[in-house]
Amino acid sequence: MAAFGSFVLLLALALAAYNLLIGGMALRLIATGRSTAISAERLADTARRAGIAGFAAVTAAAFALIWSVFANDFSIAYIMEHSNRALPGAYKFAALWSGQEGSLLLWAWLLGTYGFVLRLTHKTDVKLYAYAGTILAAIQVFFLSILCFAAPPFALTQGAIPEDGNGLNVLLQYPEMVIHPPMLYLGYVGFSVPFCFALGALMMRYPGEKWIRVTRIWTMVTWLFLTCGIFLGMHWAYAVLGWGGYWGWDPVENASFMPWLTGTAFLHSVMMQEKKGMMKSWNVWLIFATFLLTLLGTLLTRAGLVSSVHAFAQSSIGTWFVIFMGIVLAVCIFTYILQHSHLKSEHHLESLVSRESSFLFNNLVLLTACFVILWGTLFPVLSEYVVGNKVTVGAPWYNRVAVPIGIFLVLLTGVGPLLPWRAASFKSIRRNFVLPVLVFWVAVIGCFAVGIRPWKDGEFDSGYFYALVAFSVSAAVLTAILSEFLRGAAVITKQTGRNLFAATWLLTRRNTRRYGGYIIHIGVVIVVIGLAGSAFNRNVESEMALHDKINIGPYTLESVGATQDSNPNFNSEYALLNVTSGGEPVKTLVRDGWQFHIVPLQMTPEKRFYLASGQPQTMVAIHSVPSWDLYVVYEGTNPDTNQPIIKAFLNPLVGWIWAGLVVLVFGTVVALVPSLSPATASVRVGARSVPTEPALKGGHS
Amino acid sequence: MKTAQAALLAIAVCFSLGAAEPASRFNDLNHRLMCTCGCAEILGECNHVGCPNSTGELDELRAGIAANQSDQQILDSFVAKYGAVVLAAPTTHGFDLVAWIAPFAVFAAAMLGTILLVRRWSIGKTVAAEADTSTMDPAERERRDQIRRETGDGGF
Repeated sequence: MAAFGSFVLLLALALAAYNLLIGGMALRLIATGRSTAISAERLADTARRAGIAGFAAVTAAAFALIWSVFANDFSIAYIMEHSNRALPGAYKFAALWSGQEGSLLLWAWLLGTYGFVLRLTHKTDVKLYAYAGTILAAIQVFFLSILCFAAPPFALTQGAIPEDGNGLNVLLQYPEMVIHPPMLYLGYVGFSVPFCFALGALMMRYPGEKWIRVTRIWTMVTWLFLTCGIFLGMHWAYAVLGWGGYWGWDPVENASFMPWLTGTAFLHSVMMQEKKGMMKSWNVWLIFATFLLTLLGTLLTRAGLVSSVHAFAQSSIGTWFVIFMGIVLAVCIFTYILQHSHLKSEHHLESLVSRESSFLFNNLVLLTACFVILWGTLFPVLSEYVVGNKVTVGAPWYNRVAVPIGIFLVLLTGVGPLLPWRAASFKSIRRNFVLPVLVFWVAVIGCFAVGIRPWKDGEFDSGYFYALVAFSVSAAVLTAILSEFLRGAAVITKQTGRNLFAATWLLTRRNTRRYGGYIIHIGVVIVVIGLAGSAFNRNVESEMALHDKINIGPYTLESVGATQDSNPNFNSEYALLNVTSGGEPVKTLVRDGWQFHIVPLQMTPEKRFYLASGQPQTMVAIHSVPSWDLYVVYEGTNPDTNQPIIKAFLNPLVGWIWAGLVVLVFGTVVALVPSLSPATASVRVGARSVPTEPALKGGHS
Repeated sequence: MKTAQAALLAIAVCFSLGAAEPASRFNDLNHRLMCTCGCAEILGECNHVGCPNSTGELDELRAGIAANQSDQQILDSFVAKYGAVVLAAPTTHGFDLVAWIAPFAVFAAAMLGTILLVRRWSIGKTVAAEADTSTMDPAERERRDQIRRETGDGGF
């Protein structure tokens, strides 16, 4: 299987190289109008077909690696290092991306899959797709070259073949790890597609904005994957690492967040280009930057440039990425210089206070946030280079610098939709903003009344202050967005007699893009409320003998024993803790097959010791309710007393973060669904009267 | 006026309520320091089994607090022993200051640049628009503006 895998990888490389060279030659012939024995169109089609065949070859390579994992073929070094016989089936799949070579193969396979779909749908616009497919082939050549020459996944084990493998990294043996990396990679790799379309459209001086409409679905789906990947990573960190948090500003976390920020900026500013013909250069550079940041993220993970908890992925292929990023940047700059006259804006902004400018400021803040994270990530390297003194840039720095920018961004999500296009009059500002501003101040007073104040223990506390501001701004933004829904729904209710819910549904279906976007904003606000809750986290740690109790918030945890278990993959020990509140047992819902029962809550935080790797791992027990999470960690036993050490956290509003993701995903799906075709209606309009918005959009009247 | 006074009083009452629990210096300080084992985690949050460094560092921190050292003295002693990497955030002097200033400087410069650019565009546009619509009836102009506003396809 190793020989087969290596062969199909080489074949895939040859096919990608053919796609690149012949595709590029064909496009050159088409551009110059020169004729050859074989027509340029036929050459381009053979290149496209080579790309499709390349996908089959990479799929075969990925299949060969997975087959080898399941066959426990420890003659392949990668399988020996990342799997073992007792590893459960789902985690054997995860072995594909648990190490460097496998994750690069996954990258190449996903790129091949995206390319396959792109090449199959080429009839949408044959020439544009040919450009995009050829550029995609260039990226594929890079990844396949690494796989063939620098990080071969089918390299053979040196010396005697062992009976069993080293096992999967224990941090990765968690259900979310089966889907978090593929989601993240779908996001990373997916941004290659809009990048290819943008670069291709610029190279061929593509007329109009059609390429943006073509790539919109690609970009949104990719953005959705990246978003889900980031949140799944957060949940994994929360449930597995056992430190009570979900985001540590680790360089690799930052690396996934940066392209998300620029991708989000692109999704907003691209609307300006579609509707107004503005920000063309800006958009092209945003998508270039997003693609480069996905490569930078991989570079940071692989090159060991900065310290990270993801250090298990480090290797020597960083140089390859540096060179490739240099080439990509050079191509982008060269193409832009040659073709920038094609990107002249058709309009300019007319006012500082308008919908257009809110898009611009939104972009500015997103890019500033991206810069802040990049700056924080690379400052230790810069400091060492400039003054020879390496420093740490950790959570306290990000919390002070990035959080205020984040809150400002949330504010803009509420302000932007309330501003009219072109220019806002004082009257319209007053009409749209009175209610949100009022809600803001009511929320501030409400927060004070329930004890959320900008100080802690008698001193100013920036965490408490930011939480107060975040809650109040979130309330105002939610009001602003909901008032947008209600305003439109009220018009439909008046016109059609539908109830408000049905009217809101119809309103959303009539313009899924706009209202789907608002739902995404609601999701973001819910996430922000959840994040702000972290200012009020508290924890208690105690050694617990039998029947010892610890109190945290409204809960009392009583130790009722500790026990051990084992299976072929790991041994485990865990504490048994009964949970009461106000003297009464806390109840929880448990599933037994297809039946659900309400039973007293017993938490079982666990510590596992994996046999193959000899590594320990925490399994946290979490009881989640809307107001907070009770989060319990079994920290091991005190060697002197042999008693378990328990650390309990009360983390307010964490569930809101995951709920916000669900809303965000729903909003994105809504935005992806085509809007209802407007019904044709004739509207008689008096000479001095003003047509209503739904009438002008062809709604029911 | 009385309503405003009452509102101010209500806000003042809210501000003056509560606070003042005993300070948790240990928790605060262990979140300003890093574990030095290479795990890249905040000292107070490093909990991996068998960490060779965090227990010792936490004991040193407790000892410093027990010895009535100031926060700065404790942090200085950690830096002297482990180097500047033990601090979870850059200090506010020397080259470290650049870490704090640069993000806000970039943000301010970008905002200022954008505002100036938009103002320049809008002035140019106003001059052109005045030439176009100077003869238009104000009511008609308002009506056209309103139609433009309402037919704008929204943010998405």
